[in-house]
Amino acid sequence: MAGTVTLSEAESKQLLATYRVPVPDERTAATADAAVIAAGEIGYPAVAKLCGRGIAHKTERGLVRLGLADADAVRAAATELLVAARPDDGPVEVLVAPMLRGTRELIAGLHTDPEFGRCVMVGVGGVLAEAVADVSFRLVPIERVDAEEMLDDLRGSALLGEVRGEPVVDRGALVGILLGLAALAEAELDVLSVDVNPLVVVEGKPVAVDALVELRT
Amino acid sequence: MSVEPAPERFRALFEPRGVVVAGASSHPGKFGFVALHNILTQGYAGAVFATNLEGGEILGVPTVASIDDLPADAPVDLAFICTPAAANLDVVRACARRGIGAAFVTSAGYGEAGEAGRAAEAELVALADELGILLAGPNGQGVVSMPALLCAQIVAPCPPRGRIAVASQSGNFVSSFLNYAVQTGIGISRAVSAGNAAAVTVPDYLEHYAADPETAVGLAYVEGVRDGRGFFERVRGVTTLKPLVVLKGGATAGGQRAAASHTGALAGDDRIFDGACRQVGVTRAATVEEAFEAAATFATQPLPRGPRVAVVTTAGGWGVVTADAIVRSELTLVPLPADLRDAIDAKLPPRWSRNNPIDLAGGETRDTIPEVLELAAAHDEVDAVVYLGLGIQSNQARMMREGRFYPGYGLDRIVAYHERQDERFATAAADVSEATGKPILTATELAITSPDNPGPRAVRASGRLCYASSNRAVRALEHLWRYARYRRSRGL
Repeated sequence: MAGTVTLSEAESKQLLATYRVPVPDERTAATADAAVIAAGEIGYPAVAKLCGRGIAHKTERGLVRLGLADADAVRAAATELLVAARPDDGPVEVLVAPMLRGTRELIAGLHTDPEFGRCVMVGVGGVLAEAVADVSFRLVPIERVDAEEMLDDLRGSALLGEVRGEPVVDRGALVGILLGLAALAEAELDVLSVDVNPLVVVEGKPVAVDALVELRT
Repeated sequence: MSVEPAPERFRALFEPRGVVVAGASSHPGKFGFVALHNILTQGYAGAVFATNLEGGEILGVPTVASIDDLPADAPVDLAFICTPAAANLDVVRACARRGIGAAFVTSAGYGEAGEAGRAAEAELVALADELGILLAGPNGQGVVSMPALLCAQIVAPCPPRGRIAVASQSGNFVSSFLNYAVQTGIGISRAVSAGNAAAVTVPDYLEHYAADPETAVGLAYVEGVRDGRGFFERVRGVTTLKPLVVLKGGATAGGQRAAASHTGALAGDDRIFDGACRQVGVTRAATVEEAFEAAATFATQPLPRGPRVAVVTTAGGWGVVTADAIVRSELTLVPLPADLRDAIDAKLPPRWSRNNPIDLAGGETRDTIPEVLELAAAHDEVDAVVYLGLGIQSNQARMMREGRFYPGYGLDRIVAYHERQDERFATAAADVSEATGKPILTATELAITSPDNPGPRAVRASGRLCYASSNRAVRALEHLWRYARYRRSRGL
């Protein structure tokens, strides 16, 4: 879009983390060797993704490598990713992250609406988020009670309970994420939109596994 | 909105000491005739005047050529303007010279009519602002104020007096809400067709209603909200004081916006509007009848203190589907408390349901229904009651009364008994609700299939809505609970 720029995934998550949105323990690496060192620090299995401001549709372009079991796998994946970068992607790095598992994926975000201004959102996430369209919005600013009610609004709010052996989702943590996003909206006036998708529930705790922040330029 | 309308100027609109119809017509098909007719025939006690360039008398009112020619000592606060748009700047100036505080402009040819119309509207608004006149409309269908018995509108009907105040961006919906008021007996305090809402907007009216002692609940129809954020910031103040029911047109229009983000793609107008309603305690209705019935329920029932509902029924199937409706809602079907079950056991033969729904299963005698209503409503674990089955006996009584054997064979006595009983049950529902401070909603299809049935008739006489089906009662009660919960969770 004209007049906007998207932060890289790593930059987006750094910004979100300052507003208490939980993000994985991740590292960026400029080379395949650095990626192997990073994975060694984080632990296996690992994930490698190509990361840069120009890269928005990683999955569609095959720029995400999951379930990397050891150093060799990380080295091979990082090498391929760096080769796959196109000239118009601009500066790129490899983002090395832990492989997080959770069957439940949520979405959270911010939107700047022409009529309503800044809005915060939560919903059922993942690649089908738009098709499922089970979401709830509020106008920023919000109070804790609003964040609680947003979760109650979801048709799929049963997902937040105990599901298939996974524990109840930490509602307090979800509320904290929504309050954090609202605080970000109030403080960071150049932020036009935020997508946290998927917000994966790992052993009851929501973690921003992917995120994209769009800025006004 | 360039100036905040002061309450005093709303008084000129809703409590005028006198009204002048500018551009009154002798032709019964014209707005200028219909408006004058409706003001004169519905009981308005203030002075009524009319202007017409050709002079003469219309409906017994001697007309004058201009507002400037009105009798010097006549108190006139409201001008109901039916003149062509081109004449209205002069009319508004004359209003100001005469000390008229409010003008309701029905004339079309303004913001709805292209570039020239928008310019004319801006000019009219600027003039009214400069002169300190409250300008309603233009292109509106009129204003109703039942405490003043004022029915200054170019559409029917005149509603019964009550506590619902309507503000609508569609004049036809004002009429529709008033029609429901006539049908149900749940009355109206004020109603205004905002027209183009060029100067006074829907939130302006709603803020006035929030402060209006004649009004218990606001009922608004909105289409395009020009400043969505501003709208919600203002109605938050309204819902702090009173419930507000909003019906929004265009829920599916606009749809998703083109957006780079998933969040943006999911942010249709309607989803944001819906979330904002919940955020500020607006009761959002999905349909016209749901909007009216929610408002009517706010106007006539106490707010529930919790979500727990007991169903009292003499109609088994209705009890079952009502339980289903409650389970699907945000209300809860309270498991029948043991002490309540024991208390009802003492009143009924053992075939009653012994659970919630409390299905009396035909075991009731003369006083059972009022007693069970009282037991259920008075119980600490019950926040509201839905009462079903009213009027069934009177429906049979009607067949007897109209059949050829009447009044023989004891039919006169049994007919009178059933009709008396159904009246009594309806009255008991209202009395017990009053005494316990808990909502008791009575639902029967007879409310519309047989509105003269003594049961539904007595519900109306008690000042309450007789719901045409139990799912509609459950929906209305759910709206009350959601508002009560909003207030409680925000310490209001």
